[in-house]
Amino acid sequence: MIPSLPRPPWLRAATWIYVAAFVGFLFLPLIVVSVFAFNDAPYPAPPWHSFTLDWFVADGSTSRLGLFHDSQLLESIWTSCEVGVWVTLLSVSVGLANALLLGRHEFRGKQLLSVMMLVPLVIPGVILGISILAFASRIAQFGDDSLGLDLGFLRPGLPLVVLGQFSYIATIATLTIRARLARFDRTLEEAALNLGASRAAVFATILLPYLRPALIGTAAVAFLLSFADFNTTLMLVGGDPPLTVLMYGRMHQGATPVLNAVSVFLMIASAALALAMVRRPRD
Amino acid sequence: MTGRARPALSRRLGTWLLMAPALSWIGLLIVLPHAELAMLSLKAGSGAPQGGFSLAQYRTFFDEPEYWHTFVRTAWMSALATFLTLCFAFPVAWVIAKVAKGRAAAWLFLACMIPFWISETVRTLGWMILLRQSGVLPMLLTRIGLTAAPVELLYHDSTIMIGLIYTSMLFMIVPLVSSLQSLDDALIEAAYDLGASGPTVLRTIVIPHAAPGMTAGCIIVFMLTLGNYITPTLLGGKNSEWFTEQIYTQFITRFNWGQGAAFGFLLLALSTAMVLVGLRLSGQRFADVMGRG
Amino acid sequence: MQQADLTATSVVKRFGDHLAVDSISFEVARGSFFSILGPSGCGKTTLLRMIAGFLEPDQGEIAIGGLNMRAVPPNRRPVNMVFQQLALFPMMSVGENVAYGLARRGAGRAERAAKAAAMLERVGLAGAADKRVDQLSGGQRQRVAIARSLVLEPTLLLLDEPLGALDLKLREHMKIELKQLQAEFGTTFVYITHDQSEALVLSDRVGVMNRGRFEQIGSPQDLYYRPASAFVAGFVGDNNRIEGRAVAVDGATVTLETADGWRLHARRETAVAAGDAVEAFVRPEAATLARERAQLPPGQSVHEGVVDSLLFDGAKSAVLLRESRSRREIRIALPQTGQFADLRHGEAVFFSFDPERATCFAAAGRGGNGRG
Repeated sequence: MIPSLPRPPWLRAATWIYVAAFVGFLFLPLIVVSVFAFNDAPYPAPPWHSFTLDWFVADGSTSRLGLFHDSQLLESIWTSCEVGVWVTLLSVSVGLANALLLGRHEFRGKQLLSVMMLVPLVIPGVILGISILAFASRIAQFGDDSLGLDLGFLRPGLPLVVLGQFSYIATIATLTIRARLARFDRTLEEAALNLGASRAAVFATILLPYLRPALIGTAAVAFLLSFADFNTTLMLVGGDPPLTVLMYGRMHQGATPVLNAVSVFLMIASAALALAMVRRPRD
Repeated sequence: MTGRARPALSRRLGTWLLMAPALSWIGLLIVLPHAELAMLSLKAGSGAPQGGFSLAQYRTFFDEPEYWHTFVRTAWMSALATFLTLCFAFPVAWVIAKVAKGRAAAWLFLACMIPFWISETVRTLGWMILLRQSGVLPMLLTRIGLTAAPVELLYHDSTIMIGLIYTSMLFMIVPLVSSLQSLDDALIEAAYDLGASGPTVLRTIVIPHAAPGMTAGCIIVFMLTLGNYITPTLLGGKNSEWFTEQIYTQFITRFNWGQGAAFGFLLLALSTAMVLVGLRLSGQRFADVMGRG
Repeated sequence: MQQADLTATSVVKRFGDHLAVDSISFEVARGSFFSILGPSGCGKTTLLRMIAGFLEPDQGEIAIGGLNMRAVPPNRRPVNMVFQQLALFPMMSVGENVAYGLARRGAGRAERAAKAAAMLERVGLAGAADKRVDQLSGGQRQRVAIARSLVLEPTLLLLDEPLGALDLKLREHMKIELKQLQAEFGTTFVYITHDQSEALVLSDRVGVMNRGRFEQIGSPQDLYYRPASAFVAGFVGDNNRIEGRAVAVDGATVTLETADGWRLHARRETAVAAGDAVEAFVRPEAATLARERAQLPPGQSVHEGVVDSLLFDGAKSAVLLRESRSRREIRIALPQTGQFADLRHGEAVFFSFDPERATCFAAAGRGGNGRG
């Protein structure tokens, strides 16, 4: 129970042992992945041989290909970044528009629309993927057959991946931005108007600065989710796989520790992003 | 009453402009694609392209034991994983929300979140290195003499279960922590003061208060588990028999979209049904539960 | 009267069926401190928001500095407002808050900084420009909110219960500070409050508002000593309210008898005829208390009572007693001499008051609600 109530010592000890074990459970796979990124062996498996940076820097001449020379991996990271940037831009801007729409405007069907905006979160990613795939193909087919248009971007490929990920990340963006907007004190806007600000100035000088932490946070989350997405992406991907899909394929084949090296790289990048977010002074 | 009435026309225009992105998103990426999927699943066999509607795809599902077997198994294992995740996450959420103070609580919460900033592929890779026959754990077991030779720890149902619980943890902890934090300590103290024991306080005060958070967590975890692909296929290998894999096989490998669409709808129906049951059991509204996430 | 900075003519505002502001007219003279005093829900906030331009009147006109304000949006009006919760911008520094309105007018960076610094100095916050808003105390924030408005040199400054959020001690202090600021700047202040003491202390003139109408507009002294309606008499300052029937009317003096037979005299403020239902008000300090009949001023009717409790509150100490005949509770202020400090529960005492200092009105619901 809570600290202000008497707890037997065994319970207190058991609590902390459990918490420690739990944290260990969470970090164990990550630690193992990182350790074997530096093992001088062709497979990510024990025993430990010796420390090496081969899996980062080897250029293929010793039959080992390190991360920095594995063009396929590097390209897939780049692909993931491109997709992530587009998904982030789309999600944040649509999320902001949605938050303003639901928070500031009254119209018929508002209730329905706001529930519909939540629905993507409870549709399994695989199904989002196949439904968008099927619908896009139908449009592309229609464009081809009836209009003589080549709508190549509607065939499996990165544009569809972006749309597929956006279809549910937009929900998360809407929820976060709307939550912050709901806490906004509208008299601040009245005060600004009262001090002579135009509507546009109120938006730019009061509302946007207020929403900024939520917009930045949403952008970071959207990028990470996009980078990590697998289910939706798998169904929509074309010839150039993003990192998660490529890694999945290689893991099936039993890959070299270069995957561990990529993972270490990802962990450092995520940790840097997380730290940057935590350090930001919140309002 | 807030704000001075702007000319009705310009305000209406603003509403419509802001509605455009929302309608395109929901209409073009959610509603119409699912309508298309529904039509695909109802199309008569792939041999007869204009053959009208039929339930043939759904009949195949029930005629072929392999399919519905996989379906039931996926549902059952997801439910079990959800329940176990709740059991494992609850004490930790409790410690974060109530026992640990200040910085310790913040660090612990952060520690629970960090692994989930990294993609599921990476975490699964970790489990594979740990559990496979040539991996870390079998080696350790042999070393300490528990097993004569390294055993294969991958490709069991329990392996899949561990992986699923692991990936779901965050989505259970966050709503639990937020609902437990909103519980006033004085209520617990009052119950205790009025003679309730620890378990009674848990049953009569804590769980009723945390029910919304628990529902939210369970709904999200169940849905994610049901739709998971990486964890069952990589940790379960050929024995995974996960339903999303069937969908992938039909849709991508066999290019049998009609069958794949029908499977997709069955999975969607199951996930929706569980969401509704969860909401009904806890007497909550969808929007409220999702708003917590 | 000097030229008016604010003129409202027959202003009406409805919300659905509810008549929030019911045909109000009034003027506020240049450079004066005008308060709108009323209980919550009386329509005073609606009135203020119409002056600021956040609401448009359904009927009637509002003119500020001689200019009609119909269809002028809030950001173009020569009024500034100190909001109830102050509405300081949390994402800006103190200096940026004060300079906000100047920036909207297109003033240059240097000019803004100079004016903001000068204004902060005038309100006693020199050097606070770079602080964050949340580093300031409640009273300092108050001053920033006022500075932010006054730096724009508005014709009219509106204050929406700005002291409501402060604790008691600080509120007393800020009252004085507000009055000094107003005197120093000479700007016309329109101040909204439900606290009659704030209105009395601060204002040159006060409008007492009830159910969307002004019951009385006048100086604090007028309101206190010559209330125009029973509502004003009851709302402004402490008062003992005694209802009954007029048994005799002799010129301005009414003889009132309560249902249980207690008789007293009071000066009538509205038309009263013998037999009317009336209510009388006697201020606690208008009555004299004595242990012996003979100690009371001669010529006044003597009433008897029994001490209920002694309310010690320094200079505001009073005694609660029950009039012997009617068992009504009467509050009487105690003199500073301390001669009644030893009053005991149950002790019999006498009291009397000058009928000139007790007011009498036809009972509400019959005699009308006083002036509009």
